[in-house]
Amino acid sequence: MSRVDLVSRRGFLESVFSAGAFVLGAPLLPAAPAATGDAAKAAWTPNVYLGIEADGTVIIVTHRSEMGTGVRSVLPVVLADELEADWKRVKLEQAVGDAKYGSQNTDGSCSIRDFYDALREAGATARLMLERAAAAKWNVPAAECKARNHEVVHSGSAKKAGFGELASLARQQPVPGKADLRFKTPSEFRYIGKEMPTIDRDDLCMGRGTFGMDAKVPGMVYASIERSPVYGGKLKSFDDTAAKRVKGVQQTVVIDPFKPPHNFQALGGVAVIADNTWSAMQGRKALKAEWESGENASFESGAYKSMLQEAARRPQKAVRNIGDVDAEFAKGGKTVQADYYVPMLSHAPMEPPVALAEFKDRKVIAHAPTQNPQAVQDAVSSALGIDKKDVICHVTLLGGGFGRKSKPDHVVEAALLSRKIGKPVKVVWSREEDIRFDYYHAVAAMHMKAAVDGKGRPTAWLHRSVFPTIGSTFDASAQYGQEFEMGMGWVDLPYDIPNHRAENGPAKNPVRIGWMRAVANIYHAFAIHSFADELAKSANRDTVEYLLDLIGPARHIPIEPIGMKYWNNTQPIEKFPVDTGRLRRVLELAAEKSGWANKKPGNGRALGVAAHRSFLSYVAAVVEVEVGANGQLRIPRVDIAVDAGVTINPDRVRAQFEGAAVFGASIAMLGEITAEGGKIRQSNFHDYQVARMPQAPYETHVHMVASSEPAAGVGEPGVPPIAPAICNAVFAATGKRIRELPLKNHKLA
Amino acid sequence: MIRLKVNGTARQFDGDPDMPLLWYLRDTAGLTGTKFGCGLGQCGACTVHVNGQPTRSCVLPLKSAAGKSVTTIEGLDAKGAHPVQQAWKQCNVPQCGYCQSGQIMQAAALLKQKPKPTDADIDQAMQGNICRCGTYQRIRQAIKLAAGVKA
Repeated sequence: MSRVDLVSRRGFLESVFSAGAFVLGAPLLPAAPAATGDAAKAAWTPNVYLGIEADGTVIIVTHRSEMGTGVRSVLPVVLADELEADWKRVKLEQAVGDAKYGSQNTDGSCSIRDFYDALREAGATARLMLERAAAAKWNVPAAECKARNHEVVHSGSAKKAGFGELASLARQQPVPGKADLRFKTPSEFRYIGKEMPTIDRDDLCMGRGTFGMDAKVPGMVYASIERSPVYGGKLKSFDDTAAKRVKGVQQTVVIDPFKPPHNFQALGGVAVIADNTWSAMQGRKALKAEWESGENASFESGAYKSMLQEAARRPQKAVRNIGDVDAEFAKGGKTVQADYYVPMLSHAPMEPPVALAEFKDRKVIAHAPTQNPQAVQDAVSSALGIDKKDVICHVTLLGGGFGRKSKPDHVVEAALLSRKIGKPVKVVWSREEDIRFDYYHAVAAMHMKAAVDGKGRPTAWLHRSVFPTIGSTFDASAQYGQEFEMGMGWVDLPYDIPNHRAENGPAKNPVRIGWMRAVANIYHAFAIHSFADELAKSANRDTVEYLLDLIGPARHIPIEPIGMKYWNNTQPIEKFPVDTGRLRRVLELAAEKSGWANKKPGNGRALGVAAHRSFLSYVAAVVEVEVGANGQLRIPRVDIAVDAGVTINPDRVRAQFEGAAVFGASIAMLGEITAEGGKIRQSNFHDYQVARMPQAPYETHVHMVASSEPAAGVGEPGVPPIAPAICNAVFAATGKRIRELPLKNHKLA
Repeated sequence: MIRLKVNGTARQFDGDPDMPLLWYLRDTAGLTGTKFGCGLGQCGACTVHVNGQPTRSCVLPLKSAAGKSVTTIEGLDAKGAHPVQQAWKQCNVPQCGYCQSGQIMQAAALLKQKPKPTDADIDQAMQGNICRCGTYQRIRQAIKLAAGVKA
């Protein structure tokens, strides 16, 4: 699966400028892959991301999806800064899905990491061409011409020329090689590292942003779809008499069931088409459909959990093995063991899946809140048997994504329906559909065992983990974890332990599962950091001091898993090593800022800690909980220390970690999806609860390590340490060790 | 025929009187600032003011809004300069922003009723509004800023 595709700087500029390179001295026409829309029409379009109008307006194409991280504003800032453009004169244009931008899959916390250098190079190239154009115009040495805040200034005279005035001259300049480029030093940055509002902020405070739910085209009709309550079930029969009597209902349309593997296909079902959303939903409620449920009707969460837990207690396939764990256990010294469990979870973005599509002349025009418009192109073209280039996907704002909206099944539904009825169709999922037909975050059972020395330090560490794999999305027979699932804070355990084995057991998948914010890190981190706290407590040691001992001295850890390569978020280990020094630093910082050393448990209040590397970032969280006499849990304070390498907008980075603390609190305290007879039991926010204001951490303090390391992830890595830190704090406050989430199933009083 | 006022403008509707106000606002009146989140009054994304009271428009049948005055996020302030909106901007509250129309309408109603809310007042008033991005801390901060109470 290609969650992340790296666009190399070299490849990026070559593909953009190759047309110019062969016509040296001739006017450089906008290169072939130039932007669509306004940017393409601009006076000068030096590359795929940029256009400059004669009036000086700089148009930057923003190619990643906006689901709340601010990335659609933050990435263009990088280009604008290096270009020396005035941000007030920059206009953003949201890209449609097109491979020429490189990966648009806004997933895996990689937007800044993968595009920071490319966008700086694009900006520096255009800036140099503007400077050279001014030098030619004034007949002065280029070295005396410097771009400054949207104009080029000549140092030897008072001559100035705006970017707009220079655009048509700049396009005639030969494209400089990378060796000629001069990049700004950090002290010259005008916007990078500054707290700037996002382009959408004010609209969002006025109800003006256009989300997928708000997309509209003339002649559009609305669809609500009845689906098999059991994954993989087939339609036996249906009666739409009552449905068609509902005022506003136009017709019903059958959507064929998917063929395994389900990938991003439409699930299938019966769609009710109506004049408005309400009528479509009412019509669907009046529809009577009979289903042949198939083998997944046997899916019971309780039995499934027992099956995973039993598998986790038996020897399984080794996926990393250092030293000899068994020999160490056989010595008969002290051992500690514990089992952990994390249930299925649903993404539940505030905007449920929704998509508008129009099929016309063998082309599809879609408007969708998607994290990955190129996946929309793939899935829709494959479902309709048309060319990928004939699928135009406009990306709206996303009302939350969290990984759900990188799976475009809802867009496929809209496209299929539009082709069948010859009208533009907007498919609106209800909250009940969202909760019942999600690509769930996988359930996981984990067994941990350690042999410890006289100081309680592990001499051997066994971590067995059993979970259904996301690989089953693309290969129905897949039952073992994939490289990326193994590499998410599991086989890359950053502890200094001579004997270490990770084992993975098989699990068959009775529902669709898929990546959710932080993905497999969620359950691996819960088991590892809960167990580490258990070991510290069992040795009567302070957990922070114990963890620093466990992590060991600052060094780069070689990772050698068995039968696969270490995933490392697709990045070279030389550039992004597993650096225990950085992990130590965030742990020490979180401890310091939270007052760890001086806050002793009492009156139901206590601290818990966890430190985790994920998405190439290092994050430590100290959580303070307060457990009332009635068992009521509050989280007065969270301190999160972060080393995410170079960051662009500190305010948006803080916002991501504040949000991650809330997302993690939902997982720890409330989240649980269960099935009975193959049907998901939860349906809406009353029975699939997420953190509300009183349950969320009262205050989260984000402490960022100033770092010049390469940019790493921000959107996801705040999530993994939160749940274990909360549960470790609960133990410190109450003596109750929570090994199965969520907390709401446990009495704390 | 149902007659009501939306953001000061008189409107009439002759469709299904059981249609919730939310879908009338969004699909018929074209006021899409009010959002659909759950359809059960569980999440608050659809919050508007009906005769000044914060109301979940997804569960209010249009017939119950007859003769009443509805204010949506679009009508809160023509320039988006309501004190709550200003505070929201100053605190950079929105992440994805989908729930924020409802949050802002709920907060504006709270401050009208309790100009100087305590933390408990804020919890009480805002607990029906879910933000999945987790902006609660900044929502609280912005409410206090708008109210001029100490954070």
